[in-house]
Amino acid sequence: MRLRFIMGEVFSGLRRNGTMALSVVLVTFVSLTFVGAAALTQIQVNDLKDDWYNKVEVSIFLCPDNSPDIKCVGGVATPAQEAAIKAVLTDGAAGPFVQTVTYESREEMIANLHARDMSNQFSSLTVDQGQASFRVKLKDPTKFETVADVVRGMDGVQTVKDQREIFKGLFSILNAATLVAAGLAAIMLLAAVLLITTTIRLSALSRRRETTIMRMVGASRGLIQLPFMLEGAVAATLGALMAGAGLWLSVRYLVEDWLKQSVTFVNYIGASDVLTVAPWLLVIAVGLAVVASVATLGRYTRA
Amino acid sequence: MIRLDHVSKLYARGARPALDDISVEIERGDFVFLVGASGSGKSTCLKLILREERPTSGDVHVAGRHLNKLSSWRVPLLRREIGAVFQDFRLLPNKTVYDNVAFALQVIGKKRHYIQSMVPETLELVGLAGKEKRFPHELSGGEQQRVAIARAVVNHPPILLCDEPTGNLDPGTSIGIMRLLDRINRTGTTVLMATHDDEIVDQMRKRVIELKGGQLVRDQDRGVYEVEQS
Repeated sequence: MRLRFIMGEVFSGLRRNGTMALSVVLVTFVSLTFVGAAALTQIQVNDLKDDWYNKVEVSIFLCPDNSPDIKCVGGVATPAQEAAIKAVLTDGAAGPFVQTVTYESREEMIANLHARDMSNQFSSLTVDQGQASFRVKLKDPTKFETVADVVRGMDGVQTVKDQREIFKGLFSILNAATLVAAGLAAIMLLAAVLLITTTIRLSALSRRRETTIMRMVGASRGLIQLPFMLEGAVAATLGALMAGAGLWLSVRYLVEDWLKQSVTFVNYIGASDVLTVAPWLLVIAVGLAVVASVATLGRYTRA
Repeated sequence: MIRLDHVSKLYARGARPALDDISVEIERGDFVFLVGASGSGKSTCLKLILREERPTSGDVHVAGRHLNKLSSWRVPLLRREIGAVFQDFRLLPNKTVYDNVAFALQVIGKKRHYIQSMVPETLELVGLAGKEKRFPHELSGGEQQRVAIARAVVNHPPILLCDEPTGNLDPGTSIGIMRLLDRINRTGTTVLMATHDDEIVDQMRKRVIELKGGQLVRDQDRGVYEVEQS
């Protein structure tokens, strides 16, 4: 009886306040879409970091012939220097951080280059112009500086390069995008709270006659206030569902069907990631509605 | 049933008190008129009993409850023991007569079969049998007030508060309403009625409590509206 009564009140309230309810739905929809987009971008960034950082290596470039670099005045790195570097990487100070070490000699480098060089641009390069290097895979990619410090000063080493550098630009763009989305989301969420507040207030005022009678005949405060709270919650939940659906559709068709086909070297988030974000959007929506109701109702349906 | 003990009510600090040290006791089954000019404190008195307001000082006891100590979540339980009728009827215009009365039971969680037996019985009591499907705007003022009374008593409250129930009605209709209130009183319901209607008070010859400027100036059994000034 009571449940039916409450649900009846909720839907008659939503009908009577149709335009306001619709605006609540739309504002929560837009704001939660931004929240979800920010969350998905962060998931993408973390996925990429996990994926790429496991593949990246630290490259230790050894001195080539005739280098103008002051570190290489001694000419090309000697086998003794190379052995010393390798010893430091495997058993020395850098040893604990290193997973694998691969050596690429000048000959191998030129050979590899020629093998990959389909258009013969580099066919004139000779072994003299090559540069030997160590490719080091770290156990923990963030320990780059520790390893680099050990090796950098050694004889025969020209430069130490961290391949993570390459991704920094991309990640800073993605992080900036997250910030923008989160900032817009914050503003829209504020707008959503204000709008829900106004909607509940209007609804409570327009049904003052009912609530007065309800108080008079001894209806509990919960029963008087619940329809208004649910009204806000139902509208906000609809918005959250739309946001979830919107995100799912854009990931499904934009990322999975289009980006994945056109830019193939990246692991993208999938529609399943949306399913992990969507429940949180619902939680946020209901939370917003509850906050707005509690802030409003005390004043308009006092006992 | 209702006891006010040295009750005073100040709405604003420093203003003249709306009620000034009122002590009054109303027994179960009494029929009491509360009379006095506008601003004499009648409405404040009713609001204190309904606990819409709290006294500045003094104690209020209603239906075995000490209202000063009543926590706010128990207030609805108090209100279920008090029926209230107002000058402006306060009916829901978009609900039928039946639904208006049933509403009072629905919102306190009564079962449907209980509602279905109580509402027709109460409508019969107030003389509206056969008008269940009418809307308030299709009824006369007197009939609308009967709906309001039906709504107030459908839950069988031990106390019925009436705030100028005949204020909007012509004398003939008012008499009908008073007969109805009298009948309800005879079933054991305590009735407290604030009124300006001297004819009714003089006719009924019930207990009369008169307020003037927030003070109790008269409490008389089988009284009249106005005592001749001597």
